Amino acid sequence: MSRQMGDSHRRFLQTMMANGMVDEQGAKRVYQYCCEIHNTQHAPDKLDDFIETINSKLQPMFMNIRKGMSEESGDQFYALVNMAETHVTRMTSDYADNELELFRKTLDLIVYSEKGNASSTDILNSADTMTTKKLKKSETQQLLNRLVHDNWLNEKRGEYTLSTRCIIEMEPYIRTMYQDQVKVCHICRNIAFQCQICENPTCGIKIHNPCVARYYKGKAEPRCPACEDFWPHEIPEVRRPRSQSRK
Amino acid sequence: MSHRKKPSNAHGSSQSTSNAGPTATQEEEDDATFTQPSTMQVQKGLEKLTPAQVDQKTAEVVQYFLVKDQKKIPIRRADLVKHVVKEYRNIYPEIMKRAARTFDQVFGLKMVEIDPKNHLYILINKLEPVTGASPITNPTNPKLGLLFVILSVIFMKGGVVRESVVWKILKNLGVDIGEKHEEFGDSKKVVIEEFVRQRYLEYVRIPHTEPVEHQFRWGQRAEVEVSKPNILLFMGALHGQEPQSWSQQYQEAHRAPNSSQSGTSSQR
Repeated sequence: MSRQMGDSHRRFLQTMMANGMVDEQGAKRVYQYCCEIHNTQHAPDKLDDFIETINSKLQPMFMNIRKGMSEESGDQFYALVNMAETHVTRMTSDYADNELELFRKTLDLIVYSEKGNASSTDILNSADTMTTKKLKKSETQQLLNRLVHDNWLNEKRGEYTLSTRCIIEMEPYIRTMYQDQVKVCHICRNIAFQCQICENPTCGIKIHNPCVARYYKGKAEPRCPACEDFWPHEIPEVRRPRSQSRK
Repeated sequence: MSHRKKPSNAHGSSQSTSNAGPTATQEEEDDATFTQPSTMQVQKGLEKLTPAQVDQKTAEVVQYFLVKDQKKIPIRRADLVKHVVKEYRNIYPEIMKRAARTFDQVFGLKMVEIDPKNHLYILINKLEPVTGASPITNPTNPKLGLLFVILSVIFMKGGVVRESVVWKILKNLGVDIGEKHEEFGDSKKVVIEEFVRQRYLEYVRIPHTEPVEHQFRWGQRAEVEVSKPNILLFMGALHGQEPQSWSQQYQEAHRAPNSSQSGTSSQR
């Protein structure tokens, strides 16, 4: 089943290692580019097979190239993830123990929130309850900036959300740690943080915002796909897919 | 502190007497607790382990290398054994063999022992660098531009250069080591600490100088990672000259079929 890796696969993997995450358009272009350099056959619709070949050899190293969706734009991304132990392996070389504790607290806040976000105020306050070496307010703020810079968190107007890369990489960890809390999107079946929730208390399913947009597009009266109740939220517009030319 | 005796035109011929006094002894002490097991011992050790256990340990070694390589820090055998290989030290050669095979076959990387005395390893890319635009730009480290300039200066000046010369050239290029640089911060620290730690450069005191003066040479990583013919092409483009016009450097750059390998050590 698993084919042998060639230099085109290796070059693709090196690009993933250098970038961590690449959007779908970018991945397709890199795929084509790697095949052209090494004169191997390039089938535009076979990107996932190509990646599967790499993954079959990466698996024994507890690494994987995984696909996931941006909760904001709905775009697909590919990320190189590390499955060894927990998520922390990748982070432990960059963050101290108390910094990781604050990250876990932020994760708590986001998972337990309705909309999949946590305000900077709440995060700063949660720093007071740390059990490892406490972080000052200014240190916490600096750490949050670093987590955004390193692409674990996104920030918009003082609200923090999990980055796409973070969700792809930590999905297994989050699913184990927050078994009862985590819900999946009713449409795409991926884990859902930033989303809309059915207001029927016996239903309460979640749908990602971009999935909402696609699902209800052109429907006169939006109803919950599970309980048929009226869907009371604002339906966002379907975003245009990102143009080819954009780097 | 031992120094190379003479800046012979070929670099590296006196590699074995290289830099850094105190750390070298430290490394030797740490490493002394580890003796390479014999083939027989490895055989016996493997018999006691399941294939899955050996695979798992190999994966840990691979991960360790990849994490260190992101920061370009060479891997010390002593650290590797102490922190990763641990109770599998009796089959250490087998695990290294498998890790090297994985780097080669899966990642397109080559595991190289840059310092056979202190057992330091780095990873180098086996895939040919491609000229022309990649569809997505890899995040490049701006410091590498700085490094490339310094390595070029050293190479063009015959393999060894006083630090004052390097600082002057950098200043002409807008990097003043006396001032904070907006991209590199403390650029002197980047050059004499970071590049040295990553083994791109050697920074050694010139004996009997008052006030103290230092000189630069290529580090072991530069010898295996940086292409001398490319430096000559770069210099040629810069000066509008043929690379061949620097005959001594040209010979040096094209001395061995794989010029990047020739300089490291005479043992291999």
